[in-house]
Amino acid sequence: MGELQEREDRLRTLMLASLAGDSASYRRLLTELTELLRRYFQRRLYDHPSGQVDDLVQETLLAIHARRITYDPNQALTAWVYAIARYKLVDLLRRSRQSKHLPIDDVADFIADDTVSAQSTDDRHDLDAVLDTLPEGTRGLIRRVKIDGQSIAEVAAATGMSESAVKVAVHRGFKTLLARFGGKQ
Amino acid sequence: MTDDLIARLVDDLKPVPAGALQRRLLLAALLGLAVSMPLMAIWLGFRPDLREATGSAIFWIKSGYTAGLGLAGLWAVEQLSRPGHRGRRPLRVALALVMATAIASIVDLALAPVEARPNMLMGSSALLCPFFIMALSLPFFVAGFAFMRRTAPTRLALAGAAVGLAAGALGAWVYSFHCTEGGLPFLALWYSLGIAVVTAAGALAGRVLLRW
Repeated sequence: MGELQEREDRLRTLMLASLAGDSASYRRLLTELTELLRRYFQRRLYDHPSGQVDDLVQETLLAIHARRITYDPNQALTAWVYAIARYKLVDLLRRSRQSKHLPIDDVADFIADDTVSAQSTDDRHDLDAVLDTLPEGTRGLIRRVKIDGQSIAEVAAATGMSESAVKVAVHRGFKTLLARFGGKQ
Repeated sequence: MTDDLIARLVDDLKPVPAGALQRRLLLAALLGLAVSMPLMAIWLGFRPDLREATGSAIFWIKSGYTAGLGLAGLWAVEQLSRPGHRGRRPLRVALALVMATAIASIVDLALAPVEARPNMLMGSSALLCPFFIMALSLPFFVAGFAFMRRTAPTRLALAGAAVGLAAGALGAWVYSFHCTEGGLPFLALWYSLGIAVVTAAGALAGRVLLRW
């Protein structure tokens, strides 16, 4: 019998005892699962802040506790635990993507939006002041795309940069601006 | 920090009896029925010829088709409420039922004289039928989502669709006690359409309502 199978049998026995109300088994189960989950999340979040691993471990333990009614005794316990862990992981990645990253396409829409283009002189001054906080290269790109209304392709041709490099530079510049002036972002 | 959490969870441990999840699902289905059936009786009324109708094959085919789909839907709900389950078998059963009824209807239509066909397909309540089914499925839909939200589905759209399938089919089953249509093609088209709409609504709602 393999090591994994041994662990599965041990954890499953602890789980069945826990479902029957045995606190000592439950404590041992949760302690072992904490280690299992920590390793699972650490392997997948190596480039994330370490606090996130602990948060996810705790969130998953809470979910295991609150939703333990969904454990099917005929199912492998580790499969059940990993399915919950994977759901929590995907949920975290989806949330952090939504809050941290602005897809490049959205930025392009934003740039094309008429309401952003400078209409009055006052707006124009504000815009200049805001843009001046950016490095010169990025400022030039944003100015061409946003204020002069040139397409990404035109700017790329004029500056000798690749289209994706222009997009990325504009995107980064925008993120910087949003971080400085956009409040929550 | 995690040790504190474990201590709190251990303190909060209460036994979970075997079959607790299935019992909770059964309760949700019965709650839906307890609202949907009286709603049909008061609003639409049982068909006046119910006693004679129970002697006809088509009454039992309508009742069996919708009940069968409803049970397959409940089975899928039970499976998809558990993390890591895909609910493939119940969904295959449901698909087989729909296909078998559709094929039988096509044969039925093909064998019938041309002038009888429009009535077999359209009856006298074709356009109303899906809407009544949707309305009568609503209590099951609400009870089903209340159940599913307390479980741990990992495929949210599919889990929502399973709730929709169970709700739509059970709503259609309740409706079959009012409906006097006698055509198999009518059942295959309009009943299935009503159930399909509720299933699609469940899939859409699942993405939003079932996050945990």
